Parts: sequence; C-alpha cells; structure tokens
Amino acid sequence: MSVKQSGSSRGVTRRQFLAGTVGAACAAGLAGLGLVSYTRQASALPAYAIRPPGALAESDFLGACVRCGLCVRDCPYDTLRLAKPGEDVALGTPYFIAREIPCEMCEDIPCVVACPTGALDHSLTDIDKSRMGLAVVVDQETCIAFRGLRCEVCFNVCPARGKAITLEMQHNARSGKHARFIPIVHSTDCTGCGKCERACILEEAAIKIFPLHLAKGIQGEHYRLGWQEKDKAGQSLVTPDVEHKYNLPEGMGYDYEGQGLIIEEQAAETPYPDDPLETLNRGKDRI
Amino acid sequence: MANKAAIGQDALIEKGWWKSHQWLVWRRLSQLSVLALFLLGPWFGVWVIKGNIASSLILDTVPLTDPYLLIQVLLTRHLPETTAVLGAVIVLGFYLLVGGRVYCSWVCPVNMATDFAAWLRRRFGITSAARLSRNTRFWLLGLTLAMALVTGTLAWELINPVTAVYRGLVFGMGLGWTVLLAIFLFDFVIANRGWCGHLCPVGAFYSLIGRVSAVRVSAIRREQCNDCMDCFIVCPEPQVIRPALKGSDETSPVIRDGACTNCGRCVDICSKDVFQFGLRNSGKMNSQVANHQREVLS
Repeated sequence: MSVKQSGSSRGVTRRQFLAGTVGAACAAGLAGLGLVSYTRQASALPAYAIRPPGALAESDFLGACVRCGLCVRDCPYDTLRLAKPGEDVALGTPYFIAREIPCEMCEDIPCVVACPTGALDHSLTDIDKSRMGLAVVVDQETCIAFRGLRCEVCFNVCPARGKAITLEMQHNARSGKHARFIPIVHSTDCTGCGKCERACILEEAAIKIFPLHLAKGIQGEHYRLGWQEKDKAGQSLVTPDVEHKYNLPEGMGYDYEGQGLIIEEQAAETPYPDDPLETLNRGKDRI
Repeated sequence: MANKAAIGQDALIEKGWWKSHQWLVWRRLSQLSVLALFLLGPWFGVWVIKGNIASSLILDTVPLTDPYLLIQVLLTRHLPETTAVLGAVIVLGFYLLVGGRVYCSWVCPVNMATDFAAWLRRRFGITSAARLSRNTRFWLLGLTLAMALVTGTLAWELINPVTAVYRGLVFGMGLGWTVLLAIFLFDFVIANRGWCGHLCPVGAFYSLIGRVSAVRVSAIRREQCNDCMDCFIVCPEPQVIRPALKGSDETSPVIRDGACTNCGRCVDICSKDVFQFGLRNSGKMNSQVANHQREVLS
C-alpha cells in the first residue's frame, strides 16, 4: 500500500462514480426485495405466542415495539420473554407461552407501564379489560368434563371465576343418569391470561389460549337477531306477531320447562263416562 | 518506512505501550462496561440500567432510546409515548456532543468482532476484498426507513444484527451468535471493514449525526507527519483522514467527515502525535496554538 494509490485529488471518473452508485443502489434494492418477502413471513405470529396485555393489534404492534425488553424486565413472574433469533416469533418482540408461564394479571400492569413507546397501550389501566387472547376448549374428545368426569380445574383457576368460564350442566347420555359439567368460555370476560391452559390436567391442554383473530368468529355486518331487534323496537319488525299455538291431540298440553308433553287432568279419564247419558248429553259440541 | 517491522512499531518505540494503545484500551473498556452495566441486572440483580441498546431506563428514571429506531417507529405512523421521545432526545444530544459514530466504536459490540477481523487481516496480510461502495450503507439506511414507511412495521429490526447481538447478550442469544459469526467472516474473508465501513445502516445513521457533532479528531500537528501511513492502515474509515491531514494551510485539520468513528486509533498509532481529540470548530485556532506551544517548549 502506498500514498500514490489513492491518486490525484479526485481519482474518480464519472463512469466509476456512476457505476459505483448504481451498484450500491442495486445492492440495496436487492436487499430490499429479500427483506420485503422475509418481513411477511417473519411477521406472522404463531398461535402459541401470546402478546403481553395491552399489546396493539399485531400489525401496529410490529411498528411500535422497539424490542427493548423493558416489559420483560418489569414482569414480576418472568412470564414474558423476547423472541430470539431462530424462533418463529418476530425477532426481539415480547410474548409468553400460556402453558409454560401464564400471565398473573397484576393489578398495576407493570409491563404496560414500562413500555416506552406505547406498543403496550398505556390507556389500559384495568387488567380485566385486557384481551391477550381467548381461551378455547379446543378438544372435546379429551377434555374429561365431556366424558362426564368431574374436573373443573380450568373453571376454578380462572381469575374471572364464574364469569370468563362457566359450567353448563348437561345430561350424560353415556350413563343415562349422571350429569356432565361442561366448561364454557365467555369472550366478554376472558382476558386470555392462560391460567386455564397452564392448569389443564391433561398431558396436552384441551383448553388453549388463541389469538383473538383465530379464536373468534365475526358475524356479517348485515346480520340481525330477531329477538334483539324486537326488544329494541318494542315490537316485532316483521309481520304482526302471531301468538303461538300448539296443535296437540285432544287433552294434551305442552310444557316448555323440560317436561314435554303433559296430559291434562280432565282428559286423563276415558272419553266415555260411566253414565252413557252424559255422553249423549254432550252431543254435537264435541264433534 | 520501507523496512518497518510492523504497523505501530514506531509509535511503540517512541511513545511506549500505554501511549500507543490508550484510546484502544479506553474504547474496549467503554464497550465492555456498557455491556456489563446491562448485564448487572439479569446476572446479579443490580439494576443500574434496564432494557437494551434499543431503549433502556437508567436507575428507573432516565430513559434512553435509539433515535434511529424512533424515527422508524414514527415512519410506521405510530405516535410513541413521551418516554421514548425523551429518551431519543437525550441519546441524540449525547452523540451530537461526543461524535455520532462514537456509538459504533465505543458502544456497539459488533465493533469488537469487526475490529478483530480487520486486525486478523492485517496480521495475516489478507488483501482479498470484494469491491463495495462505502455509500451502500446510505442506500441501506434509506431502504430501512422506506421499509418502515411501506410495511408499517419495523422491518429492519427483524434482521438488524446490531440490536440482535446486543439483545442476545442481555436477553439470551438463541441463534444470534450465527449473526455475529457471519459478520465476522464477511469482514475477515470477503470485504475489508465490510460491515461497519460499507453496509451497516445504523452506522450510516450515526454518521449523519457525526457530520455536525462537537468532539472530533484533529490532525492538529499535521506538519509533523512523516507519511508512515500507519494511521491510514489502522483507520476503519481511512478516507476521512486525507482532507484533514493532507489539506492545504487554509483547510481545517479537523476530521469533519461524519464517517469518522472517533475511535482514536490514529491518535494512538501516530509516533509523531499528529492527531488529538478536539472540538469541531476550534481546529484552525488549535493548530496555531499548538504551533505556538511547541515553539515555546522547544
């Protein structure tokens, strides 16, 4: 190497300059193309990865989170972690796996307070209003409640016990005489904390937290529920309400409250009284 | 010059080991201490600073945020909390004072890997080099900003090796070491000073701050230069030296190019003590003062 190498004052010809610039621009453009397709792929959040409470919608979150890990540091239960290179989650972003360490739903929500950018929305001050995901009873074949066994662990560990998960008593058709207590999740109260998934007694949990977009259906904008509309309007909005009538055999009634068909008291007796005169006296009005 | 045994031999003989290595030692100490401060928390439960290089909190009060990241966040059209904005202003102010690419040479851990690669190249006389424009990094910088704007996500952070390595060191490495290894091999085998000197958009961003930052290296005693070329050989951005060192009497001896990382290797390696740290706008004056001082001393 010598001083002469870099030559006279401006040793770059126009051609060299253009070639260099175009080369650099092309290299950058090429990198860009690769990055765009990689971005798509790398931004897809796997279903097992649950964002911390207050996380913005995933597409906004990936623009707002600077991957500093302050939420991870301030989580008192070591629930949160940052995605490492080689993991499926967008590099450096915070998440947790409910089956390993669920969210303990701290009342002061330290992870949200710690977030410097607002990727975890600071307007979230009531942890019960967070929606990290939604619990779903994904497998009714292995959940032992569906087999008529008493479990109810998910119901009992739920921080919103009796609200986010309720038990519905059903008839056990297998034994014919027992009940089944089926866990039902209600999205109105479930925060997606994951304690149910963590506690599920099965080898692989039958109740799992899914991201809301995977767990929830969305009904069409145009969809209306007749009875709700009727309540709102105070009257039926279609043809005038027809009073419902059962068309049942003579002497029978119908009781909705689980008893089904009932035979009315008077009709319980034979249509032909002991005294034949009575039958004659009833005459035409019966037929 | 012709029969010189090794780079820096002159300085070693004339100034002794400490004077010919002091900035390098300070710099390594700085890089390692910043890292150590971040590791005190997770390793020993002493929380002086929490977070990582992207954004952090000192003693639970002073926020720091990488301004380059914050700009990308703004481009995704997300309005950040004031904490992040304040943190970015503090960091920006700091580097405006001490030199933009001080981030690269005094803080960034990747620098240790690339310096090592460059040292190995010199040591083994490896001269193979892919030809890359040093401006590629500015194209990549523009690209990362455009990506934030277009995708609405911090796309660059999906692959940014600088933050990935730091996050890895503080939060758990995963496969992050492969990134560091890749950069090392790229610099060692493919392109001399390839990553930090040609490609890294983080460095490109901080070099923009460096164009106006206060503390600069100045070739204050440039008339003493004996053309030994040691500074050009050890400098990670040798193109920045020439205008200051070989300029005419009218031009400033201050290295004004933003690409200069203020690493101070030229200060160490020069047996004639041509270089010293100074302020951006005091160059000319200092030169005269220095001349005067020398006359007085001699």
